[in-house]
Amino acid sequence: MRDRDDSDASRRNFLKTVGLGSAALASAGAGQGRAELAAVEPEKLQKILLSINGRQLSVLVEARWTLLFVLREQLGLTGTKVGCERGECGACTVLLDGVPRYACLTLAVEAVGHEVTTLEGLLDGEDLGPVQRAFVENDAYQCGYCTPGQVMAAEGLLRENPAPDLEQIRVGVSGNLCRCGAYANIFRAVADAAKLRRGGGA
Amino acid sequence: MSARDDERLYHEQGVTLPETPPPSTDPPPWRETLTVGKRRSRVDGYERLSGAAIYPSDMQLPGMLHAAFLRCPHPHAKLTSLDTRAARALPGVHAVIDDTTPEAAIDWNYQGGEGGRLFAGHCRFEGAPVAAVAAETPHIAREAVEAIVAEWEVLPHVSDARDADAEDAPRIRDGGNRIGEPSIYTRGDVAQGFAEADAVVERDFHTACELHTPLELHGCVAAWDGLDLTIWESTQGCFRVQEQVAGYLDLPLSRVRVVGHYMGGGFGSKLETGKYAVVAALLARRTGRPVKLVLTREETMLVCGNRPANSMHMKVGVRKDGTLTAIELTGRGSGGFWRGGTGLVDWLAKDLYACPNVRTELTSWATNAGNQRPFRAPGHPQGSWALEQVLDELAGTIGIDPVELRLRNVPGESQARGGVPYSSTGLAECLRDGAREFGWEEARRRTRESREAWLARGGNGGAPHRLRGVGVGGCVWVAGGGGPPATVLVRMYADGSVTLNMGAADIGTGTRTVMASIVAEELGVRLETIQVENADTGTTAFSGPSGGSKTVPTDGPATRDATVALKQQLLAWASEQLDTPRENLRYAGEFIEVRGRDQRLKVTDVERLQRRRSVVGVGHRGPNQEGLAICPFAAHFCEVEVDTLTGEVRVLRFLGAQDSGRVMSRKTFDSQVYGGIAMGIGFGLTEERVLDRGQTGKLCNKSWHDYKLPTAMDVPADLVSLPIELQDDRCNNIGAKGLGEPVTIPTASAIANAIHDACGVWIDDTPASPPRVLAALRRQRDRKEARR
Repeated sequence: MRDRDDSDASRRNFLKTVGLGSAALASAGAGQGRAELAAVEPEKLQKILLSINGRQLSVLVEARWTLLFVLREQLGLTGTKVGCERGECGACTVLLDGVPRYACLTLAVEAVGHEVTTLEGLLDGEDLGPVQRAFVENDAYQCGYCTPGQVMAAEGLLRENPAPDLEQIRVGVSGNLCRCGAYANIFRAVADAAKLRRGGGA
Repeated sequence: MSARDDERLYHEQGVTLPETPPPSTDPPPWRETLTVGKRRSRVDGYERLSGAAIYPSDMQLPGMLHAAFLRCPHPHAKLTSLDTRAARALPGVHAVIDDTTPEAAIDWNYQGGEGGRLFAGHCRFEGAPVAAVAAETPHIAREAVEAIVAEWEVLPHVSDARDADAEDAPRIRDGGNRIGEPSIYTRGDVAQGFAEADAVVERDFHTACELHTPLELHGCVAAWDGLDLTIWESTQGCFRVQEQVAGYLDLPLSRVRVVGHYMGGGFGSKLETGKYAVVAALLARRTGRPVKLVLTREETMLVCGNRPANSMHMKVGVRKDGTLTAIELTGRGSGGFWRGGTGLVDWLAKDLYACPNVRTELTSWATNAGNQRPFRAPGHPQGSWALEQVLDELAGTIGIDPVELRLRNVPGESQARGGVPYSSTGLAECLRDGAREFGWEEARRRTRESREAWLARGGNGGAPHRLRGVGVGGCVWVAGGGGPPATVLVRMYADGSVTLNMGAADIGTGTRTVMASIVAEELGVRLETIQVENADTGTTAFSGPSGGSKTVPTDGPATRDATVALKQQLLAWASEQLDTPRENLRYAGEFIEVRGRDQRLKVTDVERLQRRRSVVGVGHRGPNQEGLAICPFAAHFCEVEVDTLTGEVRVLRFLGAQDSGRVMSRKTFDSQVYGGIAMGIGFGLTEERVLDRGQTGKLCNKSWHDYKLPTAMDVPADLVSLPIELQDDRCNNIGAKGLGEPVTIPTASAIANAIHDACGVWIDDTPASPPRVLAALRRQRDRKEARR
């Protein structure tokens, strides 16, 4: 909802430029009522090629759509969760070329040319990957909603640093909130996952 | 973990299963257990870790629309005009509804029949909804909301209970700003009690308003199929949502199905139905399309509940020998415009420690802010913050160790209930065993030496500026005994494999795993092979919402009852088949054995089972024993480090000693303890809803950037869960009491006591943020200098 005057037209233009805003409302002269605003065409769909979990996918997207929205609502990859849509909680963490990234702050068009890995991409067929197994074994979750993001943050950390110490683990998952408070077990799970990934037992 | 893993149905041979009681008799208490209480991974771990678990916000249906609300931007205002024409004209918008929409003229009940209409134009809090939109995408729905032109008459507001009775306070409520009469409790004579005391301490406290903010947003998907409505909702109780939605829409319960298989946290904020469920249903009916209505994070912080802020004056008297003589608590709070804000704040003062003379008086005030909702142990952490600090101050005054002072006042019965005995009480063990495991005495010596050395140097921030302290807090939780109603069904297929059907939600606490453990314990089947179906009003038996630490002691006994009923049925059939009296048969897992004879019958060879292809055991939760208080207890111990230059408090380690009766599943038990401690750290150190008091009255920190949850950097890795596992044969047939609330009650107060132990200052208000700690240190320094 906005105030009656339309002095934020420049903000809207800025948002449109970066792809977050909308083009559904034409700008109107100051003092005009909202009812007189003319509707215009919604943002055009454009075809992009995304590489997700090792597969090439051709998708129609609006420029303003986030990677999070496209993964969940267009591709049905709902392992990636929505928590805040403003880069605060990390529930939507995916890997972009192996590096953890908030999918809510990444536009789908920005992901073109990069390898996207989601929670589903850590599975080997029906089997859980090492980080996922370590989370189950260490009960590193309660409601499980932040868990995909925690797992992806841990996966990214371990790809960069295969043998992190406790402090490095804490920093590695510090961008991921867990309201259930499973942190201590998450630390243990990540340490165990590091061993699993190095082949130190199952 | 993988599908190729062990496929065996039964445990190894040679295990002894619990005896099956004759029909209509209670099963005897378990002693040694095989599955219950063991360190087993959750039965739904694969689903939650693989992404296979579909949470309500993950739901997608063909043709689904997305909805959004227009909300009041002021804490108190009247809608003077609403123009939705531009919104309706936007391409992709399917419906806009408001108070003029005939089917939306629903009377809403926030509390006690009050609340105005669904889209009431007189808005008593920021975020009250006045219109809603359904559109092709969430983006278009938001744009449509922005295109609605609303005009408001802004009215005077009150945003803090401390301002509500000021002389110049706006009168925001007919009949005065106070909600109801003050709630007063007395026992004995506090004046007499204080006269008998050798030491009396009284202080003022304030605990900040805390927001639940579960990771999964509040919301749902609603879809109609003719006259039948299905709602997938992120809820702690699908049957409560079913009843409330059916009530608002005037539908028979049988036409409303609510599904909540998974949900991403609630902590009390998802016990009730939000307007979003009803609005999604209305929009779905109007458009003929499924509608998803998931709130934004900012919206949830405005309208999805909170733990009310409380102001408290706590006064306690004690004799030199450590016995308490009087406790007096007066407090106030606000649960928003419609609800009280002081519920159970005085419970610990009345019930936790033995004291003959107690008086409490609590007053609720209306404010123009979002409604409170139950928040993990309502009232208790607030009351604990005041009571436990005053106890520590008294311990210092009379020279008794804080743990010892508490031990000298462990009550033998529930005083607030007029002397009703507890089914079991482990408060003394929690304190004693917890202190031993924590290394309390040694730690106290160490911290005293460093504090005294620092104070001797003037306590002026000279090196070392990082001081360590340890603290303790005890607690009881008012409920935690569970009770009827709950029904559970356990089904065995012809091949001997088992399904468990129950209405209760698993809100992350491990309900599925605990209940499956009970079935495994009784039948001897492996935990991993049990399929659990739960939290779906269309397919599962009734249970109330999961909250108040009541799920395990409610649905657990019903699950055991159902499993025993299943065994009784199979034994009856086997008795017929073998032509042997039932009492000569013993249910032993894979086989039914004939006592005293080398004869046995495979369960799957029971002919009636083979003919029927399945058998169902039905279990009900019966009433609790009369004249017993069933309550969990706990003691928390922590060590903190206070930086006297920055005021920062770091929690170094924590121990939770918990008496919740039998441990049902050790991994999920420990996770509850760790999680409760993490949440308590937030309450004590970081969390505070900030309203623009005295100015606009709006919520200033409606984001996780500004409303600070504890992160991985704030919660210590060194957490210890110490179960005080007392055998309680009286609470129910599984011997377990609730756990979810007591794990977070004394956490913050233990931290406050540890801060004092570190550097000698008391922190009256939550959160113990760096500015607040620095201010307390400055006051301490000023006092010392003034004395010089």
